[in-house]
Amino acid sequence: MHVPDGFIDAPTSVAAGGVALIGVAACLRGARRELDERTAPMAGLVAAFVFAVQMLNFPVGAGTSGHLMGGALAAVLIGPWSGALAVTVVLLVQALLFADGGLSALGINVILMAFVTSAVGYATFRLVAGLLPRRLPSVPMAAGIGAFVSVPVAALVFVGFYAIGGTTDLSLGAVASAMIGVHLLIGIGEGVITALTVGSVIAVRPDLVYGARDLLPAQQLELRRPATEEAV
Amino acid sequence: MSTPAAEVSTGRSRRTKLFLLAGLLVALVLAGVISYYASADPDGLTKVSEDEGFAASEEAHDLEDSPLAGYETKDVDNERLSGGMAGVIGVGITFVVAGGVALAVRRRGGSADDRADPVESDAPRA
Repeated sequence: MHVPDGFIDAPTSVAAGGVALIGVAACLRGARRELDERTAPMAGLVAAFVFAVQMLNFPVGAGTSGHLMGGALAAVLIGPWSGALAVTVVLLVQALLFADGGLSALGINVILMAFVTSAVGYATFRLVAGLLPRRLPSVPMAAGIGAFVSVPVAALVFVGFYAIGGTTDLSLGAVASAMIGVHLLIGIGEGVITALTVGSVIAVRPDLVYGARDLLPAQQLELRRPATEEAV
Repeated sequence: MSTPAAEVSTGRSRRTKLFLLAGLLVALVLAGVISYYASADPDGLTKVSEDEGFAASEEAHDLEDSPLAGYETKDVDNERLSGGMAGVIGVGITFVVAGGVALAVRRRGGSADDRADPVESDAPRA
Protein backbone atom coordinates (compact mmCIF):
# COMPACT_ATOMS: atom_id res chain seq x y z
CA MET A 1 0.00 0.00 0.00
CA HIS A 2 3.01 2.30 -0.44
CA VAL A 3 1.50 5.63 -1.49
CA PRO A 4 3.59 7.30 -4.23
CA ASP A 5 4.07 11.04 -4.66
CA GLY A 6 1.21 12.77 -6.42
CA PHE A 7 -1.85 10.83 -5.15
CA ILE A 8 -2.41 13.16 -2.20
CA ASP A 9 -1.89 16.94 -2.37
CA ALA A 10 0.98 18.78 -0.70
CA PRO A 11 -0.86 20.40 2.26
CA THR A 12 -2.35 17.06 3.32
CA SER A 13 1.00 15.32 2.90
CA VAL A 14 2.80 17.95 4.97
CA ALA A 15 0.15 17.78 7.71
CA ALA A 16 0.46 13.97 7.70
CA GLY A 17 4.23 14.37 7.98
CA GLY A 18 3.73 16.50 11.10
CA VAL A 19 1.37 13.96 12.64
CA ALA A 20 3.84 11.18 11.82
CA LEU A 21 6.68 13.07 13.55
CA ILE A 22 4.60 13.52 16.71
CA GLY A 23 3.65 9.85 16.48
CA VAL A 24 7.28 8.75 16.19
CA ALA A 25 8.14 10.83 19.27
CA ALA A 26 5.31 9.10 21.15
CA CYS A 27 6.56 5.70 19.91
CA LEU A 28 10.11 6.46 21.14
CA ARG A 29 8.68 7.19 24.61
CA GLY A 30 6.39 4.15 24.58
CA ALA A 31 9.07 1.80 23.28
CA ARG A 32 11.20 2.66 26.31
CA ARG A 33 8.69 0.85 28.51
CA GLU A 34 8.54 -2.17 26.21
CA LEU A 35 12.19 -2.82 25.38
CA ASP A 36 14.98 -3.92 27.70
CA GLU A 37 18.50 -5.24 27.16
CA ARG A 38 17.17 -8.62 26.13
CA THR A 39 14.35 -7.61 23.80
CA ALA A 40 15.97 -4.58 22.08
CA PRO A 41 17.79 -6.73 19.48
CA MET A 42 14.43 -8.41 18.79
CA ALA A 43 13.18 -5.04 17.51
CA GLY A 44 15.99 -5.06 14.94
CA LEU A 45 15.14 -8.60 13.91
CA VAL A 46 11.41 -7.86 13.66
CA ALA A 47 12.08 -4.83 11.43
CA ALA A 48 14.46 -6.83 9.22
CA PHE A 49 11.93 -9.65 8.96
CA VAL A 50 9.10 -7.25 8.04
CA PHE A 51 11.35 -5.67 5.39
CA ALA A 52 12.05 -9.12 3.93
CA VAL A 53 8.44 -10.30 3.94
CA GLN A 54 7.26 -7.01 2.42
CA MET A 55 9.26 -8.03 -0.68
CA LEU A 56 7.14 -11.17 -1.04
CA ASN A 57 4.06 -10.02 -2.93
CA PHE A 58 1.45 -12.76 -3.06
CA PRO A 59 -1.30 -12.90 -5.71
CA VAL A 60 -4.84 -12.11 -4.60
CA GLY A 61 -6.50 -12.73 -7.97
CA ALA A 62 -7.57 -10.46 -10.85
CA GLY A 63 -3.98 -9.49 -11.67
CA THR A 64 -3.47 -7.97 -8.24
CA SER A 65 -0.96 -8.70 -5.52
CA GLY A 66 -0.48 -7.71 -1.93
CA HIS A 67 2.20 -7.98 0.71
CA LEU A 68 2.45 -8.01 4.47
CA MET A 69 2.35 -4.62 6.16
CA GLY A 70 3.58 -6.09 9.41
CA GLY A 71 2.30 -3.62 11.99
CA ALA A 72 0.17 -6.17 13.81
CA LEU A 73 2.94 -8.79 13.66
CA ALA A 74 5.53 -6.38 15.04
CA ALA A 75 3.15 -5.13 17.76
CA VAL A 76 2.43 -8.65 19.05
CA LEU A 77 6.11 -9.64 18.97
CA ILE A 78 7.71 -6.55 20.57
CA GLY A 79 4.85 -4.35 21.79
CA PRO A 80 2.65 -1.80 19.99
CA TRP A 81 4.95 1.25 20.39
CA SER A 82 8.10 -0.64 19.43
CA GLY A 83 6.21 -2.40 16.65
CA ALA A 84 5.09 0.88 15.09
CA LEU A 85 8.64 2.17 15.45
CA ALA A 86 10.11 -0.93 13.76
CA VAL A 87 7.74 -0.65 10.77
CA THR A 88 8.51 3.10 10.56
CA VAL A 89 12.20 2.20 10.15
CA VAL A 90 11.24 -0.26 7.38
CA LEU A 91 9.26 2.44 5.57
CA LEU A 92 12.11 4.95 5.93
CA VAL A 93 14.63 2.50 4.48
CA GLN A 94 12.24 1.64 1.63
CA ALA A 95 11.52 5.28 0.73
CA LEU A 96 15.12 6.51 1.03
CA LEU A 97 17.06 3.57 -0.44
CA PHE A 98 14.61 1.61 -2.58
CA ALA A 99 12.46 4.44 -4.03
CA ASP A 100 9.39 2.61 -2.67
CA GLY A 101 6.78 4.99 -1.26
CA GLY A 102 6.99 8.68 -2.17
CA LEU A 103 9.19 11.00 -0.12
CA SER A 104 6.38 13.54 0.18
CA ALA A 105 4.01 10.69 1.10
CA LEU A 106 6.31 9.34 3.82
CA GLY A 107 4.14 10.73 6.62
CA ILE A 108 1.02 9.21 5.07
CA ASN A 109 2.73 5.86 4.63
CA VAL A 110 4.00 5.85 8.22
CA ILE A 111 0.49 6.63 9.50
CA LEU A 112 -1.16 3.96 7.30
CA MET A 113 1.32 1.11 7.46
CA ALA A 114 3.06 1.63 10.81
CA PHE A 115 0.67 3.45 13.15
CA VAL A 116 -2.76 2.27 11.97
CA THR A 117 -1.77 -1.37 11.48
CA SER A 118 0.09 -1.57 14.80
CA ALA A 119 -2.66 0.17 16.77
CA VAL A 120 -5.63 -1.58 15.16
CA GLY A 121 -3.78 -4.89 14.98
CA TYR A 122 -2.72 -4.80 18.62
CA ALA A 123 -6.09 -3.56 19.94
CA THR A 124 -7.89 -6.32 18.03
CA PHE A 125 -5.29 -8.83 19.23
CA ARG A 126 -5.94 -7.91 22.90
CA LEU A 127 -9.70 -8.03 22.36
CA VAL A 128 -9.64 -11.45 20.69
CA ALA A 129 -7.05 -12.85 23.12
CA GLY A 130 -9.38 -11.84 25.95
CA LEU A 131 -12.16 -13.93 24.44
CA LEU A 132 -10.01 -17.01 23.79
CA PRO A 133 -8.76 -19.46 26.44
CA ARG A 134 -5.73 -18.14 28.33
CA ARG A 135 -3.27 -20.51 26.66
CA LEU A 136 -0.26 -19.97 24.40
CA PRO A 137 -1.95 -21.39 21.25
CA SER A 138 -4.49 -18.55 21.50
CA VAL A 139 -1.76 -15.96 20.86
CA PRO A 140 -1.02 -16.71 17.17
CA MET A 141 -4.73 -17.01 16.42
CA ALA A 142 -5.54 -13.65 18.04
CA ALA A 143 -2.51 -12.11 16.30
CA GLY A 144 -3.71 -13.41 12.91
CA ILE A 145 -7.19 -11.95 13.43
CA GLY A 146 -5.71 -8.62 14.53
CA ALA A 147 -3.51 -8.58 11.42
CA PHE A 148 -6.46 -9.43 9.17
CA VAL A 149 -8.54 -6.55 10.57
CA SER A 150 -5.67 -4.04 10.39
CA VAL A 151 -5.36 -4.17 6.58
CA PRO A 152 -8.87 -3.05 5.46
CA VAL A 153 -8.81 -0.42 8.24
CA ALA A 154 -5.54 0.96 6.83
CA ALA A 155 -7.20 0.94 3.37
CA LEU A 156 -10.09 2.92 4.83
CA VAL A 157 -7.71 5.47 6.36
CA PHE A 158 -6.11 5.86 2.92
CA VAL A 159 -9.58 6.69 1.55
CA GLY A 160 -9.87 9.26 4.36
CA PHE A 161 -6.63 10.88 3.19
CA TYR A 162 -7.96 10.77 -0.36
CA ALA A 163 -11.17 12.48 0.73
CA ILE A 164 -9.14 15.31 2.30
CA GLY A 165 -6.38 15.72 -0.27
CA GLY A 166 -6.91 13.45 -3.27
CA THR A 167 -5.52 15.11 -6.41
CA THR A 168 -8.07 13.57 -8.82
CA ASP A 169 -11.78 14.25 -8.51
CA LEU A 170 -13.39 10.84 -8.09
CA SER A 171 -16.33 9.06 -6.55
CA LEU A 172 -15.08 8.38 -3.03
CA GLY A 173 -17.60 5.58 -2.63
CA ALA A 174 -16.13 3.71 -5.58
CA VAL A 175 -12.55 4.20 -4.30
CA ALA A 176 -13.60 3.08 -0.83
CA SER A 177 -15.33 -0.10 -1.96
CA ALA A 178 -12.50 -1.02 -4.34
CA MET A 179 -9.84 -0.37 -1.66
CA ILE A 180 -11.68 -2.29 1.06
CA GLY A 181 -12.57 -5.15 -1.28
CA VAL A 182 -9.02 -5.89 -2.40
CA HIS A 183 -7.55 -5.25 1.06
CA LEU A 184 -9.92 -7.74 2.68
CA LEU A 185 -8.21 -10.34 0.45
CA ILE A 186 -4.72 -9.00 1.22
CA GLY A 187 -5.75 -9.01 4.90
CA ILE A 188 -6.25 -12.78 4.74
CA GLY A 189 -2.62 -13.14 3.64
CA GLU A 190 -1.54 -10.71 6.36
CA GLY A 191 -3.44 -12.75 8.95
CA VAL A 192 -2.03 -16.09 7.81
CA ILE A 193 1.59 -14.84 7.67
CA THR A 194 1.22 -13.16 11.07
CA ALA A 195 -0.32 -16.23 12.73
CA LEU A 196 2.35 -18.55 11.27
CA THR A 197 5.20 -16.25 12.29
CA VAL A 198 3.93 -15.63 15.83
CA GLY A 199 3.21 -19.37 16.15
CA SER A 200 6.77 -20.23 15.11
CA VAL A 201 8.32 -17.86 17.65
CA ILE A 202 5.95 -19.11 20.39
CA ALA A 203 7.03 -22.67 19.60
CA VAL A 204 10.71 -21.98 20.31
CA ARG A 205 10.88 -18.85 22.49
CA PRO A 206 7.50 -17.85 23.95
CA ASP A 207 9.37 -15.62 26.42
CA LEU A 208 10.41 -13.36 23.52
CA VAL A 209 6.81 -12.66 22.46
CA TYR A 210 5.48 -9.44 24.02
CA GLY A 211 1.86 -10.48 23.47
CA ALA A 212 2.39 -13.75 25.39
CA ARG A 213 3.94 -12.17 28.48
CA ASP A 214 1.06 -12.60 30.90
CA LEU A 215 0.60 -16.23 29.86
CA LEU A 216 4.04 -17.31 31.03
CA PRO A 217 5.02 -18.11 34.60
CA ALA A 218 7.28 -15.61 36.35
CA GLN A 219 10.63 -15.45 34.60
CA GLN A 220 12.67 -16.48 37.62
CA LEU A 221 10.76 -19.77 37.79
CA GLU A 222 11.36 -20.32 34.07
CA LEU A 223 15.06 -19.65 34.58
CA ARG A 224 15.74 -22.10 37.35
CA ARG A 225 13.71 -25.06 36.20
CA PRO A 226 16.25 -26.43 33.69
CA ALA A 227 19.08 -26.03 36.23
CA THR A 228 17.27 -28.11 38.85
CA GLU A 229 16.57 -30.81 36.32
CA GLU A 230 20.22 -30.93 35.34
CA ALA A 231 21.29 -31.11 38.97
CA VAL A 232 19.02 -34.14 39.52
CA MET B 1 28.59 -26.02 37.43
CA SER B 2 29.79 -23.73 40.22
CA THR B 3 27.02 -21.14 39.91
CA PRO B 4 23.97 -22.67 38.30
CA ALA B 5 22.04 -19.39 38.12
CA ALA B 6 24.80 -17.60 36.20
CA GLU B 7 25.27 -20.61 33.98
CA VAL B 8 21.60 -20.74 33.12
CA SER B 9 21.54 -17.02 32.40
CA THR B 10 24.52 -17.23 30.01
CA GLY B 11 22.94 -20.30 28.41
CA ARG B 12 19.82 -18.25 28.01
CA SER B 13 21.55 -15.29 26.39
CA ARG B 14 23.42 -17.67 24.09
CA ARG B 15 20.06 -19.15 23.09
CA THR B 16 18.72 -15.65 22.46
CA LYS B 17 21.73 -14.89 20.24
CA LEU B 18 21.11 -18.14 18.37
CA PHE B 19 17.48 -17.20 17.92
CA LEU B 20 18.47 -13.78 16.55
CA LEU B 21 20.96 -15.33 14.15
CA ALA B 22 18.43 -17.91 12.95
CA GLY B 23 15.79 -15.20 12.50
CA LEU B 24 18.19 -13.01 10.54
CA LEU B 25 19.12 -15.97 8.35
CA VAL B 26 15.43 -16.55 7.58
CA ALA B 27 14.99 -12.86 6.70
CA LEU B 28 18.10 -12.91 4.48
CA VAL B 29 16.90 -16.01 2.61
CA LEU B 30 13.41 -14.55 2.14
CA ALA B 31 14.73 -11.20 0.86
CA GLY B 32 17.76 -12.58 -0.99
CA VAL B 33 16.36 -15.71 -2.63
CA ILE B 34 12.61 -16.22 -2.23
CA SER B 35 11.76 -12.63 -3.24
CA TYR B 36 12.62 -13.58 -6.85
CA TYR B 37 9.44 -15.66 -6.92
CA ALA B 38 7.16 -12.93 -5.57
CA SER B 39 4.17 -11.83 -7.64
CA ALA B 40 4.99 -9.00 -10.04
CA ASP B 41 1.33 -7.93 -10.36
CA PRO B 42 0.44 -4.41 -9.20
CA ASP B 43 -0.39 -4.25 -5.49
CA GLY B 44 -3.84 -3.44 -4.14
CA LEU B 45 -3.45 0.34 -4.11
CA THR B 46 -1.79 0.47 -7.55
CA LYS B 47 -4.53 -1.71 -9.04
CA VAL B 48 -7.28 0.42 -7.50
CA SER B 49 -5.59 3.57 -8.82
CA GLU B 50 -5.59 2.08 -12.32
CA ASP B 51 -9.19 0.84 -12.12
CA GLU B 52 -10.60 4.00 -10.55
CA GLY B 53 -8.63 6.39 -12.72
CA PHE B 54 -6.13 8.13 -10.48
CA ALA B 55 -3.00 6.20 -11.48
CA ALA B 56 -1.96 9.07 -13.78
CA SER B 57 -1.55 11.40 -10.80
CA GLU B 58 1.43 9.35 -9.61
CA GLU B 59 4.69 11.28 -9.85
CA ALA B 60 8.12 9.75 -10.38
CA HIS B 61 10.02 9.01 -7.18
CA ASP B 62 12.65 11.66 -6.37
CA LEU B 63 15.23 8.91 -5.84
CA GLU B 64 14.28 6.68 -8.77
CA ASP B 65 17.88 6.72 -10.03
CA SER B 66 19.41 5.65 -6.71
CA PRO B 67 21.53 2.47 -6.72
CA LEU B 68 18.86 0.24 -5.13
CA ALA B 69 15.72 1.85 -6.55
CA GLY B 70 12.92 -0.61 -7.20
CA TYR B 71 14.70 -3.36 -5.23
CA GLU B 72 17.22 -3.80 -8.03
CA THR B 73 20.96 -3.29 -7.73
CA LYS B 74 22.25 -0.86 -10.31
CA ASP B 75 24.69 -2.29 -12.89
CA VAL B 76 23.94 -5.87 -11.89
CA ASP B 77 22.32 -7.40 -14.95
CA ASN B 78 21.40 -10.81 -13.58
CA GLU B 79 17.83 -10.28 -12.37
CA ARG B 80 18.08 -12.88 -9.62
CA LEU B 81 21.34 -11.45 -8.30
CA SER B 82 20.27 -7.82 -8.66
CA GLY B 83 17.09 -8.30 -6.62
CA GLY B 84 18.71 -10.68 -4.17
CA MET B 85 21.55 -8.29 -3.37
CA ALA B 86 19.10 -5.41 -2.90
CA GLY B 87 17.08 -7.57 -0.51
CA VAL B 88 20.11 -8.66 1.51
CA ILE B 89 21.36 -5.08 1.79
CA GLY B 90 17.91 -3.91 2.83
CA VAL B 91 17.60 -6.57 5.55
CA GLY B 92 21.05 -5.67 6.88
CA ILE B 93 20.44 -1.92 6.98
CA THR B 94 16.96 -2.30 8.48
CA PHE B 95 18.32 -4.60 11.22
CA VAL B 96 21.12 -2.19 12.12
CA VAL B 97 18.95 0.95 12.10
CA ALA B 98 15.97 -0.54 13.97
CA GLY B 99 18.22 -2.43 16.40
CA GLY B 100 20.23 0.74 16.99
CA VAL B 101 17.12 2.80 17.71
CA ALA B 102 15.83 0.09 20.07
CA LEU B 103 19.15 -0.11 21.93
CA ALA B 104 19.17 3.69 22.28
CA VAL B 105 15.68 3.89 23.82
CA ARG B 106 15.61 0.67 25.86
CA ARG B 107 15.38 0.53 29.65
CA ARG B 108 18.89 0.47 31.11
CA GLY B 109 20.21 -1.80 33.82
CA GLY B 110 18.05 -4.83 33.09
CA SER B 111 14.75 -5.58 34.80
CA ALA B 112 13.12 -3.76 37.69
CA ASP B 113 14.29 -6.57 40.03
CA ASP B 114 17.91 -5.99 39.09
CA ARG B 115 17.57 -2.29 39.72
CA ALA B 116 16.32 -2.92 43.26
CA ASP B 117 19.65 -4.51 44.27
CA PRO B 118 21.97 -1.46 44.29
CA VAL B 119 19.38 0.44 46.34
CA GLU B 120 19.46 -2.29 48.97
CA SER B 121 23.26 -2.46 49.05
CA ASP B 122 23.39 1.32 49.33
CA ALA B 123 21.19 1.33 52.38
CA PRO B 124 23.73 -0.05 54.94
CA ARG B 125 26.39 2.37 53.72
CA ALA B 126 24.14 5.41 54.19
